Amino acid sequence: MLVLSRKKGESIMIGDQIEIKVLAIDGDQVKLGIVAPKSIKVHRSEIFEAIQEQNKEALGNDNVLTILNNMK
Amino acid sequence: MIIETKLLGEVEINESEIITFEQGLLGLPEYKNYILLSLDIDLPLALLQSTEVASIGFVIAFPYAFKKDFEFDLSEEDIQDLKIASVEDVITYAIVTLKESFKDSTINLLAPLVINTKTNTAKQIVLQDNSQYSLQFPLQLEIGSAI
Repeated sequence: MLVLSRKKGESIMIGDQIEIKVLAIDGDQVKLGIVAPKSIKVHRSEIFEAIQEQNKEALGNDNVLTILNNMK
Repeated sequence: MIIETKLLGEVEINESEIITFEQGLLGLPEYKNYILLSLDIDLPLALLQSTEVASIGFVIAFPYAFKKDFEFDLSEEDIQDLKIASVEDVITYAIVTLKESFKDSTINLLAPLVINTKTNTAKQIVLQDNSQYSLQFPLQLEIGSAI
């Protein structure tokens, strides 16, 4: 992992089109501004983790057929 | 070819109908090839079954059956990844998480499955608008009710 220190107002570039700027620091919270082309989607990583969990939960129920039959 | 499925036992499938998720589903990148199978029930649900591993099978549905006004824009990245030439080639499903009762079951509207039916390539996409579409939207039929 590349580790960089940045002060408020400073930014980093990822490639030549994505800029991430530190807008504010308040206690343990950092506010980031992200400039990226529309083709790049930006998400909080928790969203990805939650979807991964949901996919596994969707797989998890072994009684699916029984449940479906009961729903008929 | 004949595959072993999670819910339907052994099923003969047509290899030309295999759908490839080049990146797999989120959290399951190792399983890339799936087939859509009909579940013989009176509900608008189908089975997305891995052709490789029997235990990897998802119950899926058309999101519109549960949320009539469901809509989203595909990003340029998704259009390129799926090599989509026309919107008419695209079909959208969402993964259902079944619980013991229908009313506790949910559908994942935040990360729908988009299939290019011309190329049989597919991708689970994450919608940008996570305030509008829920990861655990309650399963309540809006259309297609059996009654």
